Amino acid sequence: MYPALPTVCVMALATRTVRRPSPLATLWRSTVGKKTVMAVTGVIMLLFLVVHMLGNLKIFFGSTDFNGYAHWLRTIGEPALHYSWFLWITRVVLAASVALHAVSAYQLSRRDLAARPTAYAHRRPRASYATRTMRWGGVILGLFIVWHLLDLTTLTVNPRGEAGHPYQNVVADFRNWYADVVYIVAMLALGLHVRHGFWSAAQTLGANNARRDSALKFTANALALVLTAGFIAVPVSVMTGVVS
Amino acid sequence: MRLTLRIWRQRGPERPGAMTTYEVDGISEDMSFLEMLDTLNERLILEGDEPVAFDHDCREGICGACGMVINGQAHGPERTTTCQLHMRHFADGDTIDVEPWRAAAFPVVKDLVVDRSAFDRIIGSGGYVTAPTGSAPEAHATPVPKPVADTAFEHAECIGCGACVAACPNGSAMLFTSAKVVHLNVLPQGAPERESRVLDMVAAMDGEGFGGCTNTGECALACPKGVPLQAIATMNREFLRATRKGAR
Ligand code: HEM
Ligand code: SF4
Ligand code: FES
Repeated sequence: MYPALPTVCVMALATRTVRRPSPLATLWRSTVGKKTVMAVTGVIMLLFLVVHMLGNLKIFFGSTDFNGYAHWLRTIGEPALHYSWFLWITRVVLAASVALHAVSAYQLSRRDLAARPTAYAHRRPRASYATRTMRWGGVILGLFIVWHLLDLTTLTVNPRGEAGHPYQNVVADFRNWYADVVYIVAMLALGLHVRHGFWSAAQTLGANNARRDSALKFTANALALVLTAGFIAVPVSVMTGVVS
Repeated sequence: MRLTLRIWRQRGPERPGAMTTYEVDGISEDMSFLEMLDTLNERLILEGDEPVAFDHDCREGICGACGMVINGQAHGPERTTTCQLHMRHFADGDTIDVEPWRAAAFPVVKDLVVDRSAFDRIIGSGGYVTAPTGSAPEAHATPVPKPVADTAFEHAECIGCGACVAACPNGSAMLFTSAKVVHLNVLPQGAPERESRVLDMVAAMDGEGFGGCTNTGECALACPKGVPLQAIATMNREFLRATRKGAR
């Protein structure tokens, strides 16, 4: 009934010997997988930013509360974790996220630009609005992260720079107009980045569908607005003398 | 109608090209865009010039051959194919820019004609189901729920025109590839290759030099068949699922 049986078996075996690379290699090598890395690291950073923004608002309760909060952050997990360990774990996770996010963004952007080598003679700028704000906004955010760490973490460029007194350092900082400008521009860039990024991450992770689409877009806008407003509230309050 | 056309002319692959200006007169607003180009070409031939090369076949909006970018929009201002675009959507005296699809994976063959065989290779890598050949299957042998059939059909409507790639600022083929993946992956007939299909088609897509997706959504706005942007989210989900399962 099956005269060709031996051939069929050989073919089946031959097909089965085709080995796929490991899941991680599959992810990193494909555009879809690399975008997943961006989405996951983006969401990690986003969660951090929400907590960070809420923590910053403690500045409105005065220097004792704010400095006490900063000290408490170092005691989280005690006695299981030693002093500052939780903070350092967070820093490592965030540094890895920023690095993976930026490397993926760079590699994907290079590829995207190469895939469209010739521009149309008839230009429609709207077409690449989101892509361009994400790339330039991302670069602005990357530069801001460096400046921000030098300013308020290592205190290298802070005008006061007294370790353990973040409230006083923040106030000294935002009395300078250039610090306010840098900070506000970066937070506007953040708002634009999150506005596209949150919805985009849902799309990348396959969490979007026709029913959820408008709810996700609404959440993205709300998140962008709340984050930007919450972060900008601090320099604006120092500038206007509400916090001093 | 009298129109000024600025058309991309390029004698062959690897040859330099340029936007070239032509005046056409006596255009009826009931003509399709392709008939308008036919009118121009008749004149060019009579004048001893080389006619403008463009792809076309069915001229009824179902084959996907007639791709060209009109005034910066794939297939022009209406959401349809160029053969179904009528001149009444333009005004007398308009200047119209006509260019080929622009993407590294779609090299220009001549004038407005591009080589879209990259799409064929993506389909060849997984856009099929393994079915016994011979007699037609019994229609009720594999039940398909109505909502599933509707989803499959919505995505099966893709005609492979390439407008999505042409419209994407990254020259990405995600909408096309996801239309094919979703069409077959939701059906029971496509289940045996569910994982290998998405992994192989994404690998083929990347291998052809298409860009990645930045979720700008230009593709779905340009698609003449209304393939939804969510198709890409579904393909991403299928891809992650298949990667997790370490598909054979
Ligand atoms: C402040 C921290 C940051 C957060 C919270 C963040 C968040 C996100 C999220 C959620 C996405 C969406 C991923 C997806 O589409 O699936 C994204 C995309 C992107 N991010 Fe970031 N990001 C941050 C910093 C950066 C930095 C430093 C860069 C620059 C190197 C960058 C460049 C990009 C680019 C180019 C995209 C892709 C844009 C697109 O989809 O068109 N981001 N980001
Ligand atoms: S998804 Fe739409 S635009 Fe893309 S090839 Fe298919 S029919 Fe054309
Ligand atoms: S010629 Fe077939 S779709 Fe236009």
